[in-house]
Amino acid sequence: MTSKRTDVVIIGAGWAGAILAKEMREAGRSVVMLERGPERSTATEGTYPGSIDELRGAIRHRLFQNPAKTTVTIRNTVNQTALPYRQLAAFLPGEGVGGAGLHWSGVHFRAAPDDLRLRSHVIDRYGAKFIPEGMNLQDYGVTYEELEPFFDKAEKVFGTSGEAYKINGQIVGNGNVFSPSRSDKFPLPAMQDVYTASLFRKAASDAGYHPYALPAANASMQYTNTYGLQMGPCNFCGYCSGYDCYMYSKASPNINILPALRDDNDFTLITDAHVLKVNLDSDRRKATGVTYLDQRENREKTIEADLVILAAFQFHNVHLMLLSGIGKPYDPISNTGVVGRNFVYQTITTSRAWLSGNQFTNQFVGAGGAGVALDDFNSDNFDHGPLGFVGGSPIWVNQAGVKPIAAAMNGGGKSAPRWGAGYKAGLVDTYRHSLAMDAHGSNMAYRDVYLDLDPTWRDSYGQPLLRMTFTWKENDIRMNQYVVGKIEPIMKALDARRYELGRLEHGEAFDTRRYQTTHLGGGAVMGTSPTDSALNRYLQSWDVSNVFVIGSNAFPQGMGYNPTGTVAALAYWAAHHIRTTYLAQPGPLVAL
Amino acid sequence: MSAPSSSRRRFVKNAAGTTAFLLLAGHDFAARAAAAARLDDKPVFFTPDEMRFLNAACDCIFPHDDLGPGASALGVPTFIDRQMNTPYGRGELWYMAGPFQDGPANLGYQLPFAPQDLYRKGIAGANHYARTERGKDFADLHVEEQIEILTAFEGGAVHFQELNARLFFEQLRRNTLEGAFSDPIHGGNRNMEGWILLAFPGARADFMDWVNQEGAAYPFGPVSISGQKA
Repeated sequence: MTSKRTDVVIIGAGWAGAILAKEMREAGRSVVMLERGPERSTATEGTYPGSIDELRGAIRHRLFQNPAKTTVTIRNTVNQTALPYRQLAAFLPGEGVGGAGLHWSGVHFRAAPDDLRLRSHVIDRYGAKFIPEGMNLQDYGVTYEELEPFFDKAEKVFGTSGEAYKINGQIVGNGNVFSPSRSDKFPLPAMQDVYTASLFRKAASDAGYHPYALPAANASMQYTNTYGLQMGPCNFCGYCSGYDCYMYSKASPNINILPALRDDNDFTLITDAHVLKVNLDSDRRKATGVTYLDQRENREKTIEADLVILAAFQFHNVHLMLLSGIGKPYDPISNTGVVGRNFVYQTITTSRAWLSGNQFTNQFVGAGGAGVALDDFNSDNFDHGPLGFVGGSPIWVNQAGVKPIAAAMNGGGKSAPRWGAGYKAGLVDTYRHSLAMDAHGSNMAYRDVYLDLDPTWRDSYGQPLLRMTFTWKENDIRMNQYVVGKIEPIMKALDARRYELGRLEHGEAFDTRRYQTTHLGGGAVMGTSPTDSALNRYLQSWDVSNVFVIGSNAFPQGMGYNPTGTVAALAYWAAHHIRTTYLAQPGPLVAL
Repeated sequence: MSAPSSSRRRFVKNAAGTTAFLLLAGHDFAARAAAAARLDDKPVFFTPDEMRFLNAACDCIFPHDDLGPGASALGVPTFIDRQMNTPYGRGELWYMAGPFQDGPANLGYQLPFAPQDLYRKGIAGANHYARTERGKDFADLHVEEQIEILTAFEGGAVHFQELNARLFFEQLRRNTLEGAFSDPIHGGNRNMEGWILLAFPGARADFMDWVNQEGAAYPFGPVSISGQKA
């Protein structure tokens, strides 16, 4: 078996992997990065006009993972048989160099301070009895203040466009009044509001709420980032989510980090390399490297390394830990183990307003990260005491560019014909005159919602698929219903001709066929104790100290905000501690 | 109807042309557009009878009306036909490993059938149902009866031999809408009439000056990847 030696091996060429690779190279360590998908080059694949193709892009999933090779199985409860997720629908993982970071939308948030220590905060404000039985509410083990320099660092690499509220304790602008103080402004000015977002901004203000510009990793003007790499100005082309940005204005690992590594002789990127497992020594307390399948030669190879970074995306990271025997697998019946525990998602519903016949919403205009939001009902920004649920949702208009096939599948709304007579009229009215609003909310962790290995189905590499046991719980359904009720005054202030509010129903089961987002989280969470976390506060495995697991797998709860900004900050945070402490003295960074 | 040997030759020639077209890299759009123009509308996958079904059924789903042309005039059946000879049509974008087990609808599709198979079995099942219930193949019935049959399929109570009729109906609806609204390079949305219906600008993808025009309608017609203008 061919073997190669390096200081650091990184699994996955997405945001987490690219950040760790750059940091480890700056620390003078050699890096091999393994990506199971193909090379992705915007300069060839993403050119105009060939990539401006809704069918090839968002519908046939050009840049997404192909489930034919490997997928997951899904069930709602432990009493069911999980069945394979045979067709991509509810969540759309990426694959190839850049990962989901190439095709994402670009909404780029800093985690709310309360969300990072939600357990402590809820107990302080509402008492321990407020936490329902069976909810695994936990703190991250790191505070907003500790992460602030890394949120800032990530924004400067991404070229994030936004408007600040408070800098070093002083109010400086029209930003999110609920946002914490920052050490610096955004690297770029906020993106312009599209027509629908501007209407939402005014209506939200009229309704007494506090709208602000969504922080967007879409460049509002030309930008050269921290690594000397250039971004072009976003032209709101609307082919954002699901596409490689032909204007080079959506931040991606491909544009914002990897070009700084391509000419570096001590950085090696191997594509079509599917990692089968992390290899451990005989004590199983130290990783020796990884074994991967070279898919071009159809041969297994190994990389030997001193440091192994899992950066393969939330659920692939957990899958690899289970396949490799890193950490104790979680068992919901005995409530023991941590790998697979606290599997979380987000609780999202869409509402729609139809405006007058002389207001054309031009829904095809948009940028993935741009829009207007309000946080009045997010996190713990409102009194939960009388409400009896934990969590919240930002509410926003985030018009990324609606294209006709997606619009046609949705048709004219809930009460319109789905085909045949009247279908086209309803579709045209909805496409030309409506706007969509999301309640994009948190999702808590529960004892019986988790990840493990499937007993029946295998992938094309012969390994058991990861099994997801997931459904909506009453706490989050009540939260969603409450927040969506708060949208109604905005609909009235918009003077909408008619509107539909989208809510989760009591007892509604998670439906794998309906697109939600790909903001899955948890499964290998960070924390302060190995009894309820798989990673310490530096995202280092409690069990195998030369393994770090970087991704939203570290989140103990699903937050209302999009996760990428926090994933990037945690990646820079972990890298900082690897550089300043771990490399000089390898071993556990947190004493047990 | 021409002699079998010459139609077989035509089928093979068209299939070879189609395969070459589809093997062209996605970003090589100019070559793809040129190849698309060379293809005629002779089906490459479906039989003439299957095409008759598609012409009728797709027109029920997306009819001709005051607002614009229906599915057959837009080339939707041609689009679907070509899609069958793609990785999608062959089921290569789905996890198709067994075992195959039934489950609740919300856990998604669990049959071993690729889109090619869904259409073969679905069209046969639909015609069998039409002959049994109404005495004729689907395409030979009046539009009102065709609509009643599709409504029954959508309702979920009808079962073909190997699949539920609703599953076939949803596949057909989905591919019909794709055929009406995808770039003409894929065989449908002829003359961009699907986009014109929605006032969608196609592949313009540049709205620097149109971020917010206070509710005014975007004034420019569509362009396609290959440079067609309306």
